[in-house]
Amino acid sequence: MKRLTQIIQQIGHPFSSFIMMLGELMRLLKYIISGLSYSLKRPQLIIKEIFFSGVLSLLIIAVSGWFVGMVLGLQGYNTLQRFGSVSVLGSLVALSLLRELGPVLTAILFAARAGSGMTAEIGLMKATEQLDAMSVMAVDPIKRVVVPKFISGIIAVPLLTALFDSCGILGGRFVGVTLLKLDQGTFWSQMQGSVGFHDDIVNGLLKALCFGVVVSLISVYQGLQAQATAEGVSAATTRTVVHSALAVLAMDFILTAFMF
Amino acid sequence: MKRNIIDFWVGIFVVIGILCITFLSLKVANISSFGSNQNSSYTVYANFNNIGSLKTDAPIKVSGFTVGRVIAINLDPKTYQARVTMQIAKEYKFTTDSSAEILTTGLLGEQYVALQSGADIEDLKNGDTITITSSAMVLEQLIGKFMTGMSSK
Repeated sequence: MKRLTQIIQQIGHPFSSFIMMLGELMRLLKYIISGLSYSLKRPQLIIKEIFFSGVLSLLIIAVSGWFVGMVLGLQGYNTLQRFGSVSVLGSLVALSLLRELGPVLTAILFAARAGSGMTAEIGLMKATEQLDAMSVMAVDPIKRVVVPKFISGIIAVPLLTALFDSCGILGGRFVGVTLLKLDQGTFWSQMQGSVGFHDDIVNGLLKALCFGVVVSLISVYQGLQAQATAEGVSAATTRTVVHSALAVLAMDFILTAFMF
Repeated sequence: MKRNIIDFWVGIFVVIGILCITFLSLKVANISSFGSNQNSSYTVYANFNNIGSLKTDAPIKVSGFTVGRVIAINLDPKTYQARVTMQIAKEYKFTTDSSAEILTTGLLGEQYVALQSGADIEDLKNGDTITITSSAMVLEQLIGKFMTGMSSK
């Protein structure tokens, strides 16, 4: 009998802890929203965070976008060639980047590049008791440290997504037009014929905005939850990347079902 | 000093982001065709027996040149014909006896509406209906005709 209850507990524990985590995330979101006005009055804090999360991610995003676009161009060309419709390569590259690959890959790269940094910084501040020191000085660490990071993520992810999309399309153009000698006019006009401003670009950037909120929220949450040891911070950083990637991919499915 | 450098780079970051969004809207989605909506175009209708797989936003072409877009497709509840609403740029005038037909670009391409101007003196006005239309080719019907033609010989 005792074993049976143990087994049930073992099965139930992951579920209940997952639900608890969702609840804690929502509570943190509430704190962050109530601290928004404090942070928006101090733009210098936000600008510093955007520098770390956005500006320093520019290169990796641009290069990844360029290569993803080139791969799409090559693979698309090989497949479309069988049906004799290589002329739609432009719209294939643009639509797959704008709708799916741009927002998703940018969010995952952002989680790995900047989100893990946020977690490590907050976790280490916690481990070295800097957050407690702030509280003692009557400075709310959520408002002072967490909210600027959160806002920087929300601002940076959509802008980085736009950069990723643009670089990807130029990469696809490089493969299609420069290397495979497709007609430049067909490439662009097919793309312009099938890409809608509201349907594809605005929805793609909205997706990126949602991913920005989720990834930054998970990053700061894991930082605050980290155990105050070196191993704890390292485990929290890993969890940030894993949870962000899972959350982004799951949300992508839901958002796509609603949007397109 | 340090602060200025950070401000500068964040500014550049935001400018790059906005430039990319502009590039996407102008070059990729070709948003400029949105602007030429109400003022510089007029609307005409055409009833077809069969529109095949014509979709909204399909181009309207004259001699292969795009003069407008299909903006809506409805079913006329009385005649059971498909009613295609077409928006045509103002600078292109067509006579009232113009004919419309649905053609396909290439073998598997998109379908579009081809207009052919007639010889009448009056031009089509906003809200007019094109009466002379010919439907889209449907492969099954073509094969059917071909088969019956073969057997009668």
